[in-house]
Amino acid sequence: MSDTILDVKNLRVEFNTRGGIVPVLDNLSFSLDRGERIGFVGESGCGKSMTALALMGLLPSIGRVASGQILFKGQDIVNASTKRMQDIRGNEISMIFQEPMTSLNPVFTIGSQIAEVLHRHRNMDKSEALKTAVDLLDAVKIPDARNRIASYPHQMSGGQRQRVMIAIALACEPEILIADEPTTALDVTVQAEIFDLLRDIGVQTNTAMILITHDMGAVRQMAQRMLVMYAGRKVEEGTVDQIIKSPRHPYTKGLISCVPHIRKGADRLPNTLPEIDGIVPDITSFGKDQCLFAPRCERLTQQCLDRKPDHQMIGKAEQQSVSCWHPYGRQT
Amino acid sequence: MSKPALLSVRNLSVRFPLKGRDEHGKRKTLLAVDNVSFDIPEGKTLGIVGESGSGKTTAALAVARLVEKEAGQIILDGHDFGALTGDELRIARQNVQIIFQDPYSSLNPRLRAEDIVREPLRHAGQTSRQEQDKIIDELFHAVGLRPEQKRLFPHQFSGGQRQRIGIARALAPRPSIVICDEPVSALDVAVQAQILNLLKSLQKQFNLTYLFISHDLGVIQHMCDEIAVMYMGQVVERANRNSFFKQQKHPYSNALLSAVPSIELHAEHIRRQDISGAPPDLTVPQTGCRFAGRCPLAQKACHLSVPVLLPENASHQAACHLLTD
Repeated sequence: MSDTILDVKNLRVEFNTRGGIVPVLDNLSFSLDRGERIGFVGESGCGKSMTALALMGLLPSIGRVASGQILFKGQDIVNASTKRMQDIRGNEISMIFQEPMTSLNPVFTIGSQIAEVLHRHRNMDKSEALKTAVDLLDAVKIPDARNRIASYPHQMSGGQRQRVMIAIALACEPEILIADEPTTALDVTVQAEIFDLLRDIGVQTNTAMILITHDMGAVRQMAQRMLVMYAGRKVEEGTVDQIIKSPRHPYTKGLISCVPHIRKGADRLPNTLPEIDGIVPDITSFGKDQCLFAPRCERLTQQCLDRKPDHQMIGKAEQQSVSCWHPYGRQT
Repeated sequence: MSKPALLSVRNLSVRFPLKGRDEHGKRKTLLAVDNVSFDIPEGKTLGIVGESGSGKTTAALAVARLVEKEAGQIILDGHDFGALTGDELRIARQNVQIIFQDPYSSLNPRLRAEDIVREPLRHAGQTSRQEQDKIIDELFHAVGLRPEQKRLFPHQFSGGQRQRIGIARALAPRPSIVICDEPVSALDVAVQAQILNLLKSLQKQFNLTYLFISHDLGVIQHMCDEIAVMYMGQVVERANRNSFFKQQKHPYSNALLSAVPSIELHAEHIRRQDISGAPPDLTVPQTGCRFAGRCPLAQKACHLSVPVLLPENASHQAACHLLTD
């Protein structure tokens, strides 16, 4: 059932900054099957959102794809024409943004914002598009959809606005849905509802999803496979089960253990949390021929500073791959 | 009760005026905090958890006297902090300091780091410049900033470092109680752990008492000795940490906990409570339990009278009609 819909090969995205040209995505490769859900994890500034924007052809003006391929259904879209990208965006690949408060247009009704997509990509006339909009709002479980299409964004709660964003993203039944931190601004109970909704839709329509998050719990709930990004590079990739059970990259390990997870019924708790020292390096050091995590790493050796580790498969079942000189600790 | 509480809040209510009037021509109001009581013993941490709009921040701001309360008492170290005014209040405020959520907007961008930390001292007007410099040096060391960073401006720091400046500022007047209002929710995951560890070690070092507000139950479990769950302006459950995480009593607490994505379990294995209904309109007086409209277990009685925290004087209390039957 390996039915690949997206295949990213050695993607390098460069930013032209005052300090020179730096790679914000450095040799990134991954693939996505139809109906598969993959999680992108990492701190801010590690290239998660930049990956999404590169896929959508929405890189900021200082950025460009320097090399590599983005094969969507076998066709490279890196150099696709503006018109071709406009046909893809919101239609075959669509995206849900982080802030439901700011990504809807405040001066249009939500009905017309959903209808806009249908009009553009499906050539529907106004009444037909609005009728479909009602169905979509029903599908994302907004009560009283028939009347709500006349509402403006400010009349809805944060959770409802995010549902509207999902409805817009799903309007044209995309083959890939990118969700960039879709629940960060929302309460946990609302987050749980949004996750349920996304997962149900994914299963029903066989939509492939890319979920960008920093929450390991969210990845566990939502994705089958995950990819950990650090400073523009992929540092670990594999099935969610395998990585959470035995993370091989010290960064992945740190990300999992530095969050206080709820322990039900625990009487004794550790007094301190394991820390990852320091912060993500400045963008100017991206692309150096060394392990960029080295300054924060407990496994640091001279080798880590001398050369960038290759991304290699580890274990037998090919469920996990990692970019680290010492995936089993410093001894090996 | 072994130690007397350092902070004791009794029947605190806060009401906000709204635009518009009701059918009787009276100005509409919103009861944001409704009859909230809690105690925090010295050196301990009370966590208030709840969704946005539950009134947790408003309650804390009222405790700090930054929001006008409608009713209730705030007893700090045996003194009626809630009744102070004028200069007395200004001096007493030093004892109650706040660490804010957003380290990007809560520091004055035009002040150097050292002057940000100096400001509460200057405002209280009880220390000389030399004394202030000494306190600033100590605090920079305590929160993990280097001395040469004193001269920098906020934009030259990372989010975690800015939060450290915010913490140093809160500690400068030697407060006995520190209100931490979502101190890590604006930070990156890896930096969150650094700040949480720092807050814990500072608590020990300076014998601080924390009122800790968060929506993240994992953080609450890690940081707090006592937990109060707020829903729509009221405390619906109160317990010590172990008792709470062993067995929550209120259906809302249950729903809240079951909604947190766990790394241990797959989604298919989690039985989540459906609380999809709408919360009540707090601009009108409530006759029943405020959670009844969303509660999967609600019965007729729940809509008729407001439940209170029971059993009285117990260490684990919940306000739910279903528990008293």
